Amino acid sequence: MSPLLRVDRLVTGIGAARVVDGVSFDVAAGETYALLGESGCGKSMTALSLMRLLPDGGRILSGHVQLGETDVLALPERDMRRVRGGQMAMVFQEPMLALNPVIKVGDQIGEALSLHQGLNGQAARDAARALLDSVGVPDAARRLDSYPFELSGGLRQRMMIAMALAGEPSLLIADEPTTALDVTIQAQVLDVLRNLRAKRRMGMLLITHDLGVVAENADRVGVMYAGELLEEGARDAFFAAPQHPYSRMLFEALPRTGDAGRLTTIAGQVPRLDTQLRGCRFAPRCPFAIARCHAESPGWQELDGQRVRCHLAGSLPAGSVRERVTHPVAAHTPQPLLQVEGLKVHFPIRRGLIQRTVGHVRAVDDVDLTIQAGRTLALVGESGCGKTTVGKALLRLIEPTAGTIMLGGKAVPAKNMPTLRRQAQMVFQDPFSSLNPRMRVADILLEGMDALGVGARGERRGAVARLLDQVGLPDDAGGRYPHAFSGGQRQRIAIARALAVSPRLVICDEPTSALDVSVQAQILNLLKDLQADLGLAYLFITHNLAVVEYLAHDVAVMYLGRIVEQGQAGAVLRTPRHPYTQALVSAVPRIEPPAGQTVIRLAGDQPSPLNPPVGCHFHPRCPHASAVCRQTYPERTDLGGGHWVRCHWVAAQG
Amino acid sequence: MFAYILRRLLYAIPILIGVNLLTFALFFVVNTPDDMARLQLGAKHVTPEAIERWKVEHGYDKPLLLNTRVTGSAQLTDTLFFKRSAAMFAFEFGKGDDGRDIGNEIRTRMGPSLAIALPVFVVGLLVNITFALLMVFFRATYLDVWGVVLCVVLMSISGLFYIIAGQYFIAKLWNLLPISGYTGGIHGLKFILLPVLVSVVAGIGSGSRWYRTIFLEEIGKDYVRTARAKGLSEIRVLFRHVLKNGMIPILTGAVVVLPLLFMGSLITESFFGIPGLGSYTIDAIQAQDFSVVRAMVFLGSFLYIVGLILTDISYSWVDPRVRLQ
Amino acid sequence: MSLGTFHFVPVLLWTDALIFMLLTVALATVWWIRRHAHLRAPWAAVARRPMAMGAALVLAVFVIIGLLDSLHYRERLDASPPDRPQYSVEVLSVFDALAGRLRTQQEKTYSAPLAMHLYAKEFTERDGATVRDYPRLEYGGAHLKQADEYVPDIVRRVLVGLLQGLASSLLLFGLLAAWQARHRQMRVGSWLSAWETGHLGWPGRTVVIVLALMLMLGAVIARLAAGYHVFGTDKVGQDVLYISLKSIRTGLVIGTLTTLVTLPLAIVLGIAAGYFRGWVDDVIQYVYTVLNSIPGVLLIAAAVLIVQVAIEAHPDLFDTSAARADVRLLALCIIMGVTSWTSLARLLRGESLKLRTLDYVEAARAFGVSHARIISRHIFPNVFHLVLIAIVLDFSGLVLAEAVLSYVGVGVDPAMYSWGNMINGARLELAREPVVWWQLGAAFAFMFTLVLAANLFADGVRDAFDPRLEERQ
Ligand SMILES: Nc1ncnc2c1ncn2[C@@H]1O[C@H](COP(=O)(O)OP(=O)(O)O)[C@@H](O)[C@H]1O
Ligand code: SF4
Ligand code: SF4
Ligand SMILES: [Mg+2]
Repeated sequence: MSPLLRVDRLVTGIGAARVVDGVSFDVAAGETYALLGESGCGKSMTALSLMRLLPDGGRILSGHVQLGETDVLALPERDMRRVRGGQMAMVFQEPMLALNPVIKVGDQIGEALSLHQGLNGQAARDAARALLDSVGVPDAARRLDSYPFELSGGLRQRMMIAMALAGEPSLLIADEPTTALDVTIQAQVLDVLRNLRAKRRMGMLLITHDLGVVAENADRVGVMYAGELLEEGARDAFFAAPQHPYSRMLFEALPRTGDAGRLTTIAGQVPRLDTQLRGCRFAPRCPFAIARCHAESPGWQELDGQRVRCHLAGSLPAGSVRERVTHPVAAHTPQPLLQVEGLKVHFPIRRGLIQRTVGHVRAVDDVDLTIQAGRTLALVGESGCGKTTVGKALLRLIEPTAGTIMLGGKAVPAKNMPTLRRQAQMVFQDPFSSLNPRMRVADILLEGMDALGVGARGERRGAVARLLDQVGLPDDAGGRYPHAFSGGQRQRIAIARALAVSPRLVICDEPTSALDVSVQAQILNLLKDLQADLGLAYLFITHNLAVVEYLAHDVAVMYLGRIVEQGQAGAVLRTPRHPYTQALVSAVPRIEPPAGQTVIRLAGDQPSPLNPPVGCHFHPRCPHASAVCRQTYPERTDLGGGHWVRCHWVAAQG
Repeated sequence: MFAYILRRLLYAIPILIGVNLLTFALFFVVNTPDDMARLQLGAKHVTPEAIERWKVEHGYDKPLLLNTRVTGSAQLTDTLFFKRSAAMFAFEFGKGDDGRDIGNEIRTRMGPSLAIALPVFVVGLLVNITFALLMVFFRATYLDVWGVVLCVVLMSISGLFYIIAGQYFIAKLWNLLPISGYTGGIHGLKFILLPVLVSVVAGIGSGSRWYRTIFLEEIGKDYVRTARAKGLSEIRVLFRHVLKNGMIPILTGAVVVLPLLFMGSLITESFFGIPGLGSYTIDAIQAQDFSVVRAMVFLGSFLYIVGLILTDISYSWVDPRVRLQ
Repeated sequence: MSLGTFHFVPVLLWTDALIFMLLTVALATVWWIRRHAHLRAPWAAVARRPMAMGAALVLAVFVIIGLLDSLHYRERLDASPPDRPQYSVEVLSVFDALAGRLRTQQEKTYSAPLAMHLYAKEFTERDGATVRDYPRLEYGGAHLKQADEYVPDIVRRVLVGLLQGLASSLLLFGLLAAWQARHRQMRVGSWLSAWETGHLGWPGRTVVIVLALMLMLGAVIARLAAGYHVFGTDKVGQDVLYISLKSIRTGLVIGTLTTLVTLPLAIVLGIAAGYFRGWVDDVIQYVYTVLNSIPGVLLIAAAVLIVQVAIEAHPDLFDTSAARADVRLLALCIIMGVTSWTSLARLLRGESLKLRTLDYVEAARAFGVSHARIISRHIFPNVFHLVLIAIVLDFSGLVLAEAVLSYVGVGVDPAMYSWGNMINGARLELAREPVVWWQLGAAFAFMFTLVLAANLFADGVRDAFDPRLEERQ
């Protein structure tokens, strides 16, 4: 049987760079083929080449793409339009940007329906509603008249999928369809895609950088690196024994359950594609590289049904090189470093003639936290639940509405900010917007010391050199500007900047979520080393539970401005008690599915903090909600060992 | 919505007061009525008596802000500020130096101004959008590159040149249209054509280049790729998706000047002898008729603020994301 | 007094002082930029664009003429005694000295470009009889004895000019090639082939061609101007080429000094509004809405009329008419600056609003860095490209605006050389038969060249500095 899609030695250039270089793979009907790789390695360009939707300046240089009976690259543009959306359709990463903001979603779907199925008017409307039903949009008829900005991220992505399905394509290309979404929503959307594929026997090309997503959704996997495919095989075989050094290192860079050892990192960076490349493209970063690797590009080799491009395929040492290390049990008595009680941040909403305050966004609503010296407290929750706001309120970058902040047992009054700021600093999520592009690295590091008067003036230059060394940057980095550094290096600079005033607490707001897995591993290792060396405490804000397990001692789970569960990391993540935490843990796509856990899928989205539901905020989505949950907010239920939850259901279990 | 408009209207009042105070300061404090009189009388006839007479004739003989010669509320009302500046809020502009009622002049001259400005505005918008879309459709080809160069060349030519060249070639050399003049009604059409044509051509360069930038910015966005991925043709993508988004900045940029069309264009009207507000203004400037200039300043600001409010309203119409509250 | 031995006394007009201050600032900025890699990079991108570089060369010629025309002096009157020297009330410039006869060879009235005869018929004595005919010009074509020598003479001058231009271009090109080859340590031959194929890293071909064209044009004009009025003469018989060249300075002054006034207002108020928000923002927004709401021409007209009144009221303050015209020019620049800062301020306000929420500003706030430092180190350097783009984009608009304002009667002093005044003066003569077109033509041509060059250069600068465009590519 011939496959649905056959890609043969596809080469695509943008300007001088060959961003896709000789990629070949097949996708069968009803099969999900996952294209895996770090950012910038050519996954999206491969997909856009198939659709012939390359950005300006992009050209397909050679190769062959066969979709069913059609030779896609040979079609005139006019016929290609019928293929787009009709035979292969595409779902993009960022649904807010990918939908036209000023056209109702119903009309955007209708456009595809009229184009590919000739449906118009009421018939199109009915068909669109049926599509929305099939992707699980509640209240479909009303939603057709919404504009994209009125929908939540998850709903928008469902609309995108419905639109892609409108032409009844035989191949669906999904380019990072869930990367911009929260885990709970990601789980919903992936479920929709899985069901649709099965029902319609579509082929699916799933592009992702997330090994967990691949493990749960793909039938076959292809690993891309620097424009080339490096390894290909059936999912189970691939996950059992990845053969290419790059694939292996990707696995080992991932933090894993119950393992607190150092993560494997991949040194260096993806090579620039606009230069002449000789030999194996991975050679400069490959720990196994031999002389031949630099001279000769490896060909494909078959290995038990897997295909690999590596000179040493088959002869590499089997299994993991990393030994497992469990979390050391905390030996010292916990010393509270920073305590907050009753922290509230309410943003007023003004309306009307005289801009009267008509309500408040309760971004943070009565939060108590204790951060112990030298330990890591992770704050987890869906985006928009108020995590960042907590972090900024602690540093008084946002003025809290209420609450006391105590440092080392003493309250910090508002006028004593310099003390607070010498003790606590922050590392931000986006390494590109967190460094001023017009300042030299040395000046960036000096800024805090100058402002807070840390150290003698003459010694600060020396301190800069020490800091650079501490975060693993070369000595000459101080004289350069941020644009000369990669994302991971920039994040190191940001960490060095925070460390410059020798704080005891560093608030890390999603410091690795903008980074690739291999770079994330470097940063996590660095954070861990710094904690060991300097006795730092971290407040680690994240939505990535795998990272939490790896790094954190304690976890606080936040939902809609409040903390719903808190305790030691192991306890909370392995035996979550709050229904929300359970759903969160269950939604994380895993490489090795944990045995004996039932899958919990949350329905719907997090409500707006403008008017949170009465009673337990979580009740509209909670599978265990009862009458009392709709009326009163639950009290704390202590579970021992510092583990507590706020849930009537848990309380009732005793 | 209603509360919003009301709030904007209330906000307009302090602005008009600001304009009023500024013009009052410029025209009466920095530049006193005595100076005006001297300027008007000319160097030869300046005597203290002549100045006083001129001031009495033109109603500038009152104190600026506080009249101590009278009592009661008249202390405030019988002053230059109240009579000449505050009165403008009631659209009472008084008389010009030629003795005619300014309010009356404004009413009769608005029509001719609009007869030129409105067609220029509408035709210009259509022409510029068409050119911009054409360039965008052929983007990254030589047609686009040379289109842009042509735009830059066109916008580097002085507006006066377009008028003078238009009058010289079309009216004088080829006798196609009258060189200047104006009558109302359908017969006036022949007088309107040339100024409209010249003004539209003069605006093509900067207009279509600007719109091109707007469209190009839109065309780089993700939703355009989505639309293409659906299988829509480039034309449909351009007209349905890009145009709809690009029109938001274009329309709102256009709405702001809509009320100002009443003011006419100074240069065009004066060259083509159109008896509109533009030529009225320019005559006033050249004759140094300060009352008329002040009246036009107030009218212009008022119309500008109306334009701002209309812009906000039109925003909420064309962009569903904007909700006025 | 020792000055007594000099034949002239330097005169520093207000605008001269400002122009040279601006020049100093510009040179200092160039020096500063050269030392910083990240600042240099976008300029290097500008330098790689052929269109921008060609335009920059043309602009440079205008600027040089303008600068020469800004070195003013007054000549000593020959009759005055050396120990108590008296100086002419006429203020001249180095450019005038270089232009030499162009300035002094004045005819009676209009004459067409390159003409030998006056525009208007006059009664002249010929062979004893009084005839009404077009008299010969006093200077234009005066060296010709007979009318039939005219065409060969023109052709000869054009050819000689072309040859001279070509020769000097070749000489320059040879020097350039030799220097470049030496500088890059390659053979002249290989440099030439790199030049020919456009692989120099800078638009060598465009630069050389534009330079050669300008040299040839200049040489031809110089040849012709030695014997004729190339662009004819105006109503009082003055050489139109001379007037047009003198107008360059006025155009440049308006285009640059206005921006100089605009910048501090726009930068301070725009950034303050966006960064501090709250009541500061409210007040600044109020001020600029008020200013914006007044129709620009009217505000300028009102202010200029007032300045005019003030100048006329104090004739004793100005010792020469040039000084008076100069103050009026400066006033015009200030007025236009004060009325036009709003758009840039609005842009900067919006950008500062965005910047203040960026993480690096938050990080600075987390250290308790003062507002002044945050603005000077984080906000201002990151909006500077917008300021620069505004400067270059506004320039051409201002040059064009001068013509319109002069037409309205609120532009520069009527006695000042400016394209606006040229147009204004010649406009009515279009009705004459035959048409007097050269004055208008010359003014428009000069204005067009300057504005086009400025626009093309501005395009290059904008493309290189606008980060949004960068992302799109
Ligand atoms: N300046 C603000 N004004 C109004 N609402 C805000 C502001 N900042 C944050 N919010 C709201 O507060 C909630 C919490 O946001 P945030 O702290 O960013 O959450 P997270 O870090 O989990 O993404 C969101 O609903 C957000 O819209
Ligand atoms: S070919 Fe060589 S360099 Fe490339 S992955 Fe294999 S061992 Fe490493
Ligand atoms: S309190 Fe009720 S609604 Fe809230 S989590 Fe517990 S069971 Fe669910
Ligand atoms: Mg966040």
